[in-house]
Amino acid sequence: MGFSKIWVHGESTEVGAATITLELLAKARELADVVEVVMAGDADAVAAELGDHGASTVHTIGALNGGLVGPRLASAIAAATGAGEGPNVLLCGTTYDGRDVAGRLSVKLDVPVITNVVDLVVDGDRLIGQEPVFGGTKDVFTGFIGDGPAIFLVRPKSFPAEPSGGPAATVAGLEVGDLGGTGGAMVGERFAEESTGPRLDEANIVVSGGRGLGDAEKYEMIETLARLVKGAPGASRAVVDAGWVPYAYQVGQTGKVVKPTVYLACGISGATQHLVGMKGSANIIAINKDAEAPIFGIADLGIVGDVHKVLPKLIEALEARA
Amino acid sequence: MDVVVCVKQIPDPADPGELDAETRTLRRDVKLILDESDSYGVEMALQLVDSAGEGEVRLVSMVPNSEMSGLRTALAMGAASAVLVSDEALAGSDALSTAKVLAAAIRRSEPDLILAATESSDGYTGTVPVQVAELLGLPSVTFGREVTVADGVATVKRQTEAGYDVVECPLPAVVSVTAGVVEPRYPSFKGIMAAKNKPVDELDLAGLGIDPTTVGWSGARQEIVDVVDAAARESGEVVVDEGDAHERILAFMDELKVL
Ligand SMILES: Cc1cc2nc3c(=O)[nH]c(=O)nc-3n(C[C@H](O)[C@H](O)[C@H](O)COP(=O)(O)OP(=O)(O)OC[C@H]3O[C@@H](n4cnc5c(N)ncnc54)[C@H](O)[C@@H]3O)c2cc1C
Repeated sequence: MGFSKIWVHGESTEVGAATITLELLAKARELADVVEVVMAGDADAVAAELGDHGASTVHTIGALNGGLVGPRLASAIAAATGAGEGPNVLLCGTTYDGRDVAGRLSVKLDVPVITNVVDLVVDGDRLIGQEPVFGGTKDVFTGFIGDGPAIFLVRPKSFPAEPSGGPAATVAGLEVGDLGGTGGAMVGERFAEESTGPRLDEANIVVSGGRGLGDAEKYEMIETLARLVKGAPGASRAVVDAGWVPYAYQVGQTGKVVKPTVYLACGISGATQHLVGMKGSANIIAINKDAEAPIFGIADLGIVGDVHKVLPKLIEALEARA
Repeated sequence: MDVVVCVKQIPDPADPGELDAETRTLRRDVKLILDESDSYGVEMALQLVDSAGEGEVRLVSMVPNSEMSGLRTALAMGAASAVLVSDEALAGSDALSTAKVLAAAIRRSEPDLILAATESSDGYTGTVPVQVAELLGLPSVTFGREVTVADGVATVKRQTEAGYDVVECPLPAVVSVTAGVVEPRYPSFKGIMAAKNKPVDELDLAGLGIDPTTVGWSGARQEIVDVVDAAARESGEVVVDEGDAHERILAFMDELKVL
């Protein structure tokens, strides 16, 4: 099967290439001779940055004009593969669009997808994906059998994004094939939820709140604390499901993976599905009134205490310093 | 409007799962329940049919072993009927094989809308809904957090990195919904009694026209090569708050020079 030619699904934001794309490029160039990006949208805007991170070519299907990425990019990659110009390996991020691309392409090429990958290891002439299960207590290693290309969905924060100092990538057009009935969904208005401070998955400090806060109003303590330490507020699924904060705040298996320098968990029990999202943090501080809470099993500093007592004092002390 | 909801029956996630020593996959020969993630799709489907004023909610599910207690839960919530694809040969199916089976079952009923969870709680590959859509040649909107239907078009608020997009999608289509988007109803006693008599059409692979060697273990095109215990994270100091815990926290952060 081989992995000499890897394509990375490129995603971008208003300010440049998405971090996940740069993370995937860092790993890809460690593994393969030919590393290229395949994306929708304005490739010229990110060609220099992608080149700096090791991509030699950026294949783009051009503007989407409101269409969704998934069916369009999948049909283009399938066509390239059919013409013998596709990759041996496609790396997509576990993102909203990454899953659409990987899923659609898997049907078109009739190959499975290896998902939730956090590392890729070489096994002869193929790549093996490492997937953590049971809250990260076990690692499962999975490889493809049969003809490729091999499609991997890789979780964000699996690899550090680092520039390698290459020249700007060459931009090349890629043709979208016949979409049949699959391309009908169209994006109308786009809404950005207001947020200040750093992004949850990029913040140096994350302050997360759980059900132990008691009620929605008390979550304000988390927001205040996050602002004071120039960090980002996060949450357990329990409080997201309860509607205290939007889904974008969720840390864990079905939310964001975060790896800040400090993760402060307040009133969070430490369910395995929460731990997979934050146990990669460099330092973990936990406040919980239950000395038996599982979160203490991975905390560098555990405080057995009441969030309603500890947090107001912490806020007061930080305000006094400011 | 007819809505098909794809539902999965899974081992209770409250029980710590176990890997089968031989197949190295999650043991599923335990009691199965309705995946909570799917209860949101069922609820949303019931609400959409209700506001359309006509049509019904039908379920599609796949298991290797005839299990249907999870389906009964969704029927008790108000779904009208279910198709259960049950065949021993399905054990070990990857997401693509699962999608092929679900798509074949859905094809028999020609719904206007197909709902699914964004991902199952036990496997969480998160690819099945879009694979089903591609197999059926349909458009899809994943990560839906609000869905309305009017004049043959679904309007979906789709979760994005920054907030959400409003996506318009002609029906028929596949929409996947995130957890917590609606409040799933508890089955009433009447609902539970009624569910016992609702039709569950049990099919095997032959009945669905699928070659058993293309799914399950025999059709798998990926293999687990190893399972290892992950390195455990060491825990540090645990102190009981004596009114000075905030000082401990600040000292810890000062040490790291992050403030
Ligand atoms: C498939 C699946 C996926 C999931 N994905 C995620 C995910 O991505 N992220 C996630 O977070 N969860 C996820 N969960 C849910 C997870 O299993 C837990 O239910 C959830 O994390 C619990 O949230 P919590 O810790 O806030 O609440 P609880 O478990 O209820 O814990 C509350 C804690 O607060 C403590 N407490 C109470 N009062 C106080 C007080 N006054 N002061 C201090 N401490 C107090 C309690 O001792 C307790 O430990 C998932 C579950 C499933 C099945």
